[in-house]
Amino acid sequence: MRVNLTVNGTEEAVDDVWEGESLLYMLRERMGLPGSKNACEQGECGSCTVYLDGVPVCACLVAAGQAEGREVRTVEGLAEGPPGEERLDPVQEAFVETGAVQCGFCTPGLIVQTHDLIGRNPAPSDAEIREALAGNLCRCTGYEKILDAVRLAAERKAVAR
Amino acid sequence: MASPVKSPGHVAAPGIGGVGESPLRPDGTLKVAGEFAYASDLWMDGMLWGATLRSPHPRALIRSIGIGSALALPGVRAVLTHEDVPGRAMFGIDHTEDQPVLAIDQVRHQGEPVALVAADHPETARRALERIAVEYEVLEPITDPRAVVADPEGLKVQDRGGITRYQPVRVGDVDAVKGRADVVVSGEYEVGIQDQAFLGPESGLAIPAEDGGIDLYVSTQWIHNDLKQIAPCLGLREDQIHMTLAGVGGAFGGREDLSMQIHAGMLALHTGRPVKMSYNRYESFFGHVHRHPAQMRYEYGATADGRLLYADVDIVLDGGAYTSSTKNVVGNAASLGVGPYEIPNIRIDGYGVYTNNPPCGAMRGFGAVQACFAYESMMDRLGAACGLDPVEIRRRNAVTQGSRLATGQVIESPAPLAEMLTRLEAMPMPGAADASDLRNLPGGVSQTTHGEGVVRGVGYGVGIKNICFSEGFDDLATARVRLEVIGGEATALVHTAAAEVGQGLVTIQAQIARTELGVQKVTIAPADNQVGDAGSSSASRQSYMSGGAVKAACEAVRADLLALAERRLGRADLAVVGGKIMSRADGVLGTIEDVLGDAAIERTREYHHRPTTPLDPVTGQGRSHTQLALCVHRAVVDVDVDLGLVKVVELAAVQDVGKIINRTGVEGQIHGGTAQGLGLAVMEEIVVSDGLVRNPSFTDYLIPTILDMPPMRLEILENPDPEAPYGLRGAGEPPTLSSTPAIVAAVRDATGRALTRVPVRPEHIVQGGS
Repeated sequence: MRVNLTVNGTEEAVDDVWEGESLLYMLRERMGLPGSKNACEQGECGSCTVYLDGVPVCACLVAAGQAEGREVRTVEGLAEGPPGEERLDPVQEAFVETGAVQCGFCTPGLIVQTHDLIGRNPAPSDAEIREALAGNLCRCTGYEKILDAVRLAAERKAVAR
Repeated sequence: MASPVKSPGHVAAPGIGGVGESPLRPDGTLKVAGEFAYASDLWMDGMLWGATLRSPHPRALIRSIGIGSALALPGVRAVLTHEDVPGRAMFGIDHTEDQPVLAIDQVRHQGEPVALVAADHPETARRALERIAVEYEVLEPITDPRAVVADPEGLKVQDRGGITRYQPVRVGDVDAVKGRADVVVSGEYEVGIQDQAFLGPESGLAIPAEDGGIDLYVSTQWIHNDLKQIAPCLGLREDQIHMTLAGVGGAFGGREDLSMQIHAGMLALHTGRPVKMSYNRYESFFGHVHRHPAQMRYEYGATADGRLLYADVDIVLDGGAYTSSTKNVVGNAASLGVGPYEIPNIRIDGYGVYTNNPPCGAMRGFGAVQACFAYESMMDRLGAACGLDPVEIRRRNAVTQGSRLATGQVIESPAPLAEMLTRLEAMPMPGAADASDLRNLPGGVSQTTHGEGVVRGVGYGVGIKNICFSEGFDDLATARVRLEVIGGEATALVHTAAAEVGQGLVTIQAQIARTELGVQKVTIAPADNQVGDAGSSSASRQSYMSGGAVKAACEAVRADLLALAERRLGRADLAVVGGKIMSRADGVLGTIEDVLGDAAIERTREYHHRPTTPLDPVTGQGRSHTQLALCVHRAVVDVDVDLGLVKVVELAAVQDVGKIINRTGVEGQIHGGTAQGLGLAVMEEIVVSDGLVRNPSFTDYLIPTILDMPPMRLEILENPDPEAPYGLRGAGEPPTLSSTPAIVAAVRDATGRALTRVPVRPEHIVQGGS
């Protein structure tokens, strides 16, 4: 089947999609966007988190066909600026600077989830950060530096406002 | 050579920062942008998808394998069995070669690979697997490791017998002193199977090369050891395989054994097409070895004032069907079986056995984790029997520099365990939880009470871990460093085969090059087999070993640079300082760029640590470890004693890392290691019955979330080891040892339960037992 959708601001038509494929598979294997990760493919780890019409979802739990006519934003679409001069989102910068990235496999999902959190709640408490990120597994960091990253990103975004 | 669309490339190390600073990760920007090429991201035009048929039985004979129906499915390009293995039928790490590439006449564990499929679409490949007809004659699995110890010839999973390794340790005369102890305590302890649960699944891409060889992009921990196993099975010479490290999504020991490497190679050679394999999470639970489960019996005798007199210990580790690294895991468990305590009389019997349970091998902590849970539980028991608090009983028996381990090995570098405990005890305690916010209670928002049954507990844990490979292994690492002027700036290119698995080795390599060469610009080449062996990214060894190799290669480059400068400038009193060529008499004479001009200096160096010796097979004595590292933890927990729920409130740690090469990195290692220890303490276990895994998913195998992990308080000490580069001490594993017993001790403190098994389950808290 063909799936028509908008990904990171660009309208796309994807052909030869098998009905059983997930949005994650379509993004990764048919659209050259492997930034969303395939750690569990059963909605437990959050590493495939993307925005679907502005709401964070596990792309592994969304059938590709369900994205028909909708807007998807992935980790590859968070940097902003003219082509060739994109600047990382403050959330992305904060993850690198605080040491919240080790192997990095959970990182894209955590970044999308954090981006959503700070968009909704510009100054989250630690308890709110933990609650918002409870669906994103990280095996490397023990989460301490992820908390640092979220706090730093929130501060930077507050200053930018 | 054809390359995948996304492939591992050179990474430029950003900014500044030498040894002791915390520059940004060279691969960090790629990782946060979603651009980093992990093994499962690789893609090529025309590639096929490989899939693996695995045994549903823990033990069965194979009567026949029918592939006709699978081959007939449109879109299927190959179906392969053991008959199609081009070379040697067996492989295995540590020269054991007891594991079939594909099962031949029997299967010895659930999930053992039996057949392979390559197809145009992964779903087609999965359907083809369902069409392969395997006729099994199911046998009763051998699943009780203690029964194997008792009857190793009668209960044989392998022709070679039931025991993988028996390692005794003997010091003094335990039987002679048993009657003299004022206090005797004993306990039986059990550790369940822990999974590495790295997030990046086993994946890779095999591309047939024009010369009949193969290009392999895989996520692994040790390129050259993979190669030694892959090449003979594919019927190729090692130089016909070009192996490149694809992005690794965590490892923790679980990538030390091969997974899909030979299989993807077989499918690619057979079809002449690139083949990608990527396990899903369910398959990943069967696709790699786990941490050995352990059954341990301990008896300690001591004087009335709590000084240890003897230890009588028996440790049984279940390695599953194949040898993997069980022999070395037994070596660690035996040599470190009583931990960092001085005990004059010791009898340890360490066993590794073969069973039809899930295969076990390397995981962070490697044999030392299991023993640590037991010996720390014993220290608490002994302290209670002597009327001493947990810190004092440990301090009273603690090793220090100059002490002897159970193996007779003298600890030659600083080991300030008593001081570390004193510092840990002095760290501030967290306040009481605010019970008005459910999120602070055990169980979080699922709590159905108002915290009436919540009791606080505090516990301590100590661990000692060997760093680098032990027991006489010729442990080496290789680095190639090239210095040249690129774009007007002196640039160092560092090339090793060392696996960056997330730990931050690429960052450290760049820091060392900056410090040693005085340059700012450093580029890290992808790890591959076009440079010599780096050894494994395990045993907390790469900062030491590949760090040592990069340092040595840089020193050689610097010596050549100075020789060149001396020739060009006609003087002999020169040094390289901060990117400048300096004379002792006349100060700055020029820059590295001035001296190098168009020249390039490239040097390769191999680094070895001090040799170790094997353990004596009868007495277990020997200088088997090159470096030892200590970490101590204090855990504070709140336990709902009615509901059996645990909330870890805070974890505090003191660790001696010798020298902080990168503070951000080493803190990350201690945080992450501590988290995996928490997982083992209260939630993580691969549940097995009758040889079958009952929970192969992240729905049922739980790893700590951000809600489970408490704030962590760290104190990092720097007592240098003069034998190691910059005095550093490996840091990744020790915190994984000590956090588990600290948490369990805290839960015991809150509940009064014995808790002799990890992970602790709610029923153990509510009903006792285990």
